[in-house]
Amino acid sequence: MIERLRSGEEPAYEELVRTHGARMLAVAQRMLRNEDEARDAVQDAFLSAFRSIERFEGQARLSTWLHRIAVNAALMKLRTRRRKPETSIEELLPGFLEDGHMSQQAVPWRKDEPDPVEQGELRELVLAKIGELPETYRNVIMLRDIEDLDTEETAKLMEISTGAVKTRLHRARQALRTLLDPHMRGDVS
Amino acid sequence: MTCREFVDFLMAYLELELSEDQRAIFEEHMGACPPCVAYLDSYAETVRLGRTVCRDPEGPVPEDVPEALVRAILAARSRES
Repeated sequence: MIERLRSGEEPAYEELVRTHGARMLAVAQRMLRNEDEARDAVQDAFLSAFRSIERFEGQARLSTWLHRIAVNAALMKLRTRRRKPETSIEELLPGFLEDGHMSQQAVPWRKDEPDPVEQGELRELVLAKIGELPETYRNVIMLRDIEDLDTEETAKLMEISTGAVKTRLHRARQALRTLLDPHMRGDVS
Repeated sequence: MTCREFVDFLMAYLELELSEDQRAIFEEHMGACPPCVAYLDSYAETVRLGRTVCRDPEGPVPEDVPEALVRAILAARSRES
């Protein structure tokens, strides 16, 4: 496939899009939550991949390489959006008393295995709550926990330090936990 | 260790970034503080849920690329080359 692309075989380009396009579109949809922008990002990603196919090194899997390019294209789209003032994440972080104890003690979550219907509802719930996170925090959780990029790659894409990635990720996870808590606690039916 | 410090170091603990001594202090707190254990478990479950729901094969991953998108990509490539 790579050789065919490098030698400019037209059908190889179409094959690449048909083989990897759906997964790349899913990545862009997860990150952008807007169908038109997701499709634009995938188009940008493929054009970028076509242009840089010479630089693709055989050690990486083609799908992994394309995944990174799709993530990057989606992030570029996010950056061009009009910046809206972000909602504060502070109220979603645990509060503490002066003595260092939590002001509201955590309660264990239920552990029962959801049936397929509940599994579908749970998926919708988690996606909705990720969507409620302020964008900066949603991006870091998407890149690190969902798209599985490592801290260095995430830092590079977000143009922040690795320390800032770790801090934001920890706060994003805590905030998501707070949003899920009322639905997951073992003390509610 | 206070609960506040426990929460601050939670991610480092789960990602095995604490030294042996720090880990021992962390685990000592866990032995004495059930709410912090509940917090740690629910934090870990949050990470797991985020990963699994978004990678769920039953999830909203289209089987095919929309034809219009394929055409748009190939047309854009022709314009570029």
